[in-house]
Amino acid sequence: MNRRKFLTILGSAGVVSALGSAKVAEASPASFPYYPDSWGVLHDTTRCIGCRRCEAACQQVNHLPEPKVPFTDLAVTEKKRHTTAYEWTVVNKYEVNGKPYFRKLQCFHCNDPACASACFARCFSKLPNGAVVYDGSQCVGCRYCMVACPFYVPGFQYDLAWDPLVQKCTFCEPRLKEGKLPGCVEACPVDALTFGRRSDLIKIARARMAENPGRYVDYLYGEYDAGGTAWMVLAPAAGGAPVPVDDPQGAGTEFKQLGLDTHLGSQPMGQLTYGALGAVPMIVAFWPVLFGGAWAMTKRREAMAKLEQEKIIKDAKDDLAAAVDAAVRKIGETEGEGAAERARQAMTEALKAREAQNSGDGHGEEK
Amino acid sequence: MDTHGIIIPTKDKLFNLEPLLSKTPGNIITWIILAVGFVITVIRFTVGIGSVTNLTEAQPWGLWIGFDLLCGVCLAAGGYFTTVACYVMGMKHFHSAVRPAVTTAFLGYAFVVVALLYDLGHPLRLPYMFFFPGTTSVLFEVGLCVATYLTVLFIEFSVAPMEWLAQKFPWLLTCRKIVIRVTILLTIFGVTLSTLHQSSLGSLYLIAPGKLHPLWYSPFMPMFFFVSSMAAGASMVIFEGLFAHKGVHQYMDATHLREADGVVLSFARAASFILFAYFMLKFIDMLVQANLPWLGTGWGAWWLVEMFGFVLLPALLYAKGARDGNVGLCRMTSVLAVAGIVLNRFNVSMIAFNWQLPSAERYFPSIWEICISIFVVTMIVTAYRFIVYNMPVLYEHPDFKGEEH
Repeated sequence: MNRRKFLTILGSAGVVSALGSAKVAEASPASFPYYPDSWGVLHDTTRCIGCRRCEAACQQVNHLPEPKVPFTDLAVTEKKRHTTAYEWTVVNKYEVNGKPYFRKLQCFHCNDPACASACFARCFSKLPNGAVVYDGSQCVGCRYCMVACPFYVPGFQYDLAWDPLVQKCTFCEPRLKEGKLPGCVEACPVDALTFGRRSDLIKIARARMAENPGRYVDYLYGEYDAGGTAWMVLAPAAGGAPVPVDDPQGAGTEFKQLGLDTHLGSQPMGQLTYGALGAVPMIVAFWPVLFGGAWAMTKRREAMAKLEQEKIIKDAKDDLAAAVDAAVRKIGETEGEGAAERARQAMTEALKAREAQNSGDGHGEEK
Repeated sequence: MDTHGIIIPTKDKLFNLEPLLSKTPGNIITWIILAVGFVITVIRFTVGIGSVTNLTEAQPWGLWIGFDLLCGVCLAAGGYFTTVACYVMGMKHFHSAVRPAVTTAFLGYAFVVVALLYDLGHPLRLPYMFFFPGTTSVLFEVGLCVATYLTVLFIEFSVAPMEWLAQKFPWLLTCRKIVIRVTILLTIFGVTLSTLHQSSLGSLYLIAPGKLHPLWYSPFMPMFFFVSSMAAGASMVIFEGLFAHKGVHQYMDATHLREADGVVLSFARAASFILFAYFMLKFIDMLVQANLPWLGTGWGAWWLVEMFGFVLLPALLYAKGARDGNVGLCRMTSVLAVAGIVLNRFNVSMIAFNWQLPSAERYFPSIWEICISIFVVTMIVTAYRFIVYNMPVLYEHPDFKGEEH
């Protein structure tokens, strides 16, 4: 960062925000998915058996701390656990239409992630390979990413005093680079997790629905939700009852029972804030005009009132002077020049005394 | 010129610390709170945020954001509200209200930043947002505007300390003159920045429609936050007056005392209008968002309590108080109005946030979080008292009396 760049950023909130909006325009929904060749994972909840081997693998390959409850204890799946800073994936048991099913929770690796949009220090990035990764070296620890994430994914190291960071599933990005599968996918014994190109996974999911009538809800969670995600979920159907195809909310009940929100909309979450952010340059430009104008009008009104008052005072003074002149002339005609001069003097003095008294009062009033 | 109990610091005796150090009950309570706060501060910064808060993965923002930041910024709106009324709209009879309002606004914002340092995982990295600006983030806008506005408020406020120290450091007179000359620029800059960040505090939650209850979530949240901040600004001026007249009455000069009632009535009338407008905005928004069915639920009842008890009721009471010239009623109403603003911010940030989570996962602040919030408020009050005891805030300094600006 050089000085000029720094000043550019500091000096013009409007311009900075305008740049932000320009970036938004470029990233409109029309360009979905951003990285057509990116990887994804299809999670088939009808296959998952809740063995927690994905959790164990995740802990191992990412060198996370030992769990409080050993991975062989399957009873913890009964609890509705969230991912945390030290457990990047968890498997929970859900009752779907009375039958037990398991769902694995981890970062969904959104196409246009809410966390990245919300971060004011640019810690998150969506990589072309599909992973949403976080670099803590410039993290301020504000945790707005956690507020923004619609899936409650990022965890924070609340227990650390010196370098607490946000932590979440990385899609095993370092392993992807080496050409390996993510730890959890590799460990899954029942093929509940299918790794592949996101575009292929969508076709695979549709094929499974077609080949197994009545097995799946006809809705692929993550295809469009929150702008689309790299990790997508298939849900078990409600006793084979057909679900209207064009009604994603009709598919909501099964997904809701699986703890997934189908009301997020198909826009990336960040887009919900871009309207408000786009108004910033308008306010920066227009408010000074509006309030400057109001100030100018106030000043003008004050000046006009002052002029008007001065005119009234001048008129009154002129009237008074004319009256004094007339009176003096009259006295001069009847009483003689000497009397007129004395009368003029007396009246002038009286007026002066009155004026002095008035201005004194006026001053006191002003204070 | 009536200076009854006012002690004006002179060149030789610059500080008037007696009222802060004497062993009155108020001072003793202050010292205890500050001592406890200091201990919790040490724990917070040596053991971690988790050691003193109930924050979780699901509730990453708690009382320190919901109260210290959201309410702190909103309740400091008196600064822009009063300066605009006085300088832009030309209501010169509010002039004596400007300095107290600017002082509290400056302190409010300064301590918002202090409180924020407690909440941030990496407080020292706060300036990083300027070096790595995440321009798509609402928080970036909030940060940029708050930082800039804090600077503006500091300059606006600086007139008081400069008048205080001018006898000792005469070069301050030049600075003071420059600041006074740009008053109107600062005012307009200030209202622009306030509009931006007051509203963007509401925009922060736009990104989380799944977490905030539909009765509080709305695409118009930025507007609600801004409009309610105006009512908060007007109410806070009245509210502060309520305490100032109790605590530091002897530091008010004749002008301040004479204008005080007029300020209360005018601001009450303004707050009444704004609260009515806010009520209509929220109500129409509720209808437009098709949230009517929610009113039948418990959340709906809670929403109605907020809307009728803490928005419409203070609006009506303000209107009555202003019409009858009843200063006491207006002052009492300001307590209700301020409570209403705090309630709204609590609802958005904590109570109606994560409303779908099971109650076991819901957040309630820890005693230590509450203590830190009380600690911050106590610091503001103490700083305010120090300023009022030493600087010409509630009175005009005799050296600068009668100067128009």
